[in-house]
Amino acid sequence: MTIQTATTTVDTATGKAKTMVLNMGPQHPSTHGVLRILLELDGENVVKAIPDMGYLHTGIEKSCEDKTYSQAITLTDRIDYLNPLGNNLAYCMAVEKLLGLEVPKRAQYIRVLMVELQRISSHLVWLGTHAIDLGAMSVFLYCFREREEILKIFEFVTGQRMMTSYIRIGGLALDPPTGYLQRVDKFVKMMPGRIDEYEELLTGNRIWIGRTKGVGYISAEDAIALSMTGPTLRAAGVAYDNRKVFPYSSYEEFDFDVPTRTDSDCFGRYMVRIAEMRESLKIIRQAMKKIPPEGPVRTEAPGIVPPEREKMKTEMEALIYHFKIFTEGFSPPPGQAFAAIESPRGELGVFVASDGSPKPLRVHFRGPSFINLQALPKLIEGQLLADVIACIGTIDIVLGEVDR
Amino acid sequence: MAENSNQNTNVVVERLRGWSPNAISEVIEFRGDTTLVVPRNVLRDAAERCRGDKELQFNLLSDATCVDRYPLEPRFELNYQLVSIPRRDRLCLQVRLSADDPVVDSLVPVWPGANWLEREIFDLFGIRFNGHPDLRRILMPEDWEGYPLRKDYPVEGYRDIPSIATRYTRNRP
Repeated sequence: MTIQTATTTVDTATGKAKTMVLNMGPQHPSTHGVLRILLELDGENVVKAIPDMGYLHTGIEKSCEDKTYSQAITLTDRIDYLNPLGNNLAYCMAVEKLLGLEVPKRAQYIRVLMVELQRISSHLVWLGTHAIDLGAMSVFLYCFREREEILKIFEFVTGQRMMTSYIRIGGLALDPPTGYLQRVDKFVKMMPGRIDEYEELLTGNRIWIGRTKGVGYISAEDAIALSMTGPTLRAAGVAYDNRKVFPYSSYEEFDFDVPTRTDSDCFGRYMVRIAEMRESLKIIRQAMKKIPPEGPVRTEAPGIVPPEREKMKTEMEALIYHFKIFTEGFSPPPGQAFAAIESPRGELGVFVASDGSPKPLRVHFRGPSFINLQALPKLIEGQLLADVIACIGTIDIVLGEVDR
Repeated sequence: MAENSNQNTNVVVERLRGWSPNAISEVIEFRGDTTLVVPRNVLRDAAERCRGDKELQFNLLSDATCVDRYPLEPRFELNYQLVSIPRRDRLCLQVRLSADDPVVDSLVPVWPGANWLEREIFDLFGIRFNGHPDLRRILMPEDWEGYPLRKDYPVEGYRDIPSIATRYTRNRP
């Protein structure tokens, strides 16, 4: 069945329809955006499913080719709008790899702190919307209450709640303001109790267990074959986490576990994400101790990283570099680089190719939502129609990233 | 770290060259990343080797993408990012295609996860994959003309955009 041939099949002997085709989305609220799925149904059972996307395709990769390397950072925010800092980090790491830049330790730790806060906020949105899809209204309100606290920290540190563009090539946009660690500390002290609250509401809840246990099973072999990454793969028992396997941004200095489960159903994925939030809090606590109070947050690379404001007032070279960076940009050597981070949804890879000009030859985002969504037919075929919603929610897709 | 990656590279190159002397046409080392350029006709067999060989075990296809080097020839470069979860290693396989014959064997039989990645490349670059089970457009509308990520496709598309002068004068008396 393709989209063109999606028709209701008729039993010729009796003249009755055997299966019917239902068009789910693109406006369905539990598709988390504009995802359309063609479902072939036999009664309430899903026989076949064809996801259809592209409704949010904005050509971000093409637009990146028309901007300088620094300008393209603002576009990366808008891919996965629940993880803008992670996108900034992945893109900047790819360009830094292309340039061969080293980032100061202080900036690396602050990056880790911010990205882990972002992971918690993304998981909170996931948990709230997933629960509301399955009928648990109150969890949504609690999750968004805590997410608001994280967004307030982002606003305080980066100046923006969502489209932060805080992580820049060679370091950070600016030094975090005084008192930001106290705010993070307040949040970190509050959060474990709040996670317990969610668990009290859901983990032992009979309706929750009934809707998620045994639903959407995928074996570890299938998950790897379909290139799944992130919590969906870890719930299948494969401890593949980029932070451990290919450490970046000094993650090797942090002590944390990679939670895995073996049941590989919606409930297992829920438990993995809850455990991941706790691990993220552990990383944040360590990062707060590690971040030195003083030190540069940008690497010294004339012509690539903008000079400090004070220097521009006294040094002519600094002023010239500043002008050149913002008018024509910088030119990395010809070559290509692939950098991957562990985003809340899985492996977020950025591929950057340079031909030696100030604009990238090609920027490609390996969106984990896009690739994990590929396994959706495998999860839902043979299941009930009501479980389709649970399965879409459990993959944790962000349509901005699927369509780019 | 760098030494370690070099050793791993040697293993991969050795295994692939040992299987077929002309399996690799070029080895590119750049910033710690290894890229193996593979001739087009051996791509699927080489990929099968990378996945199945006991000493390589590249079981996860992380990413596949294309670079358009127009007007240079060979115009297209396909890059497959492979990950070996058991060996903790990464590798990039590259295939170069000319502009007049952008056809290559599909890797869906090796990694089923290549399905949508190849559909995306087909959609945006117009490269055809032999043996792909379902080669349709994925991000663009089905009746779209042209391949938007090619370099000879304008960034603003082929729409009629009024020039700036007419835009500002149109509604004025």
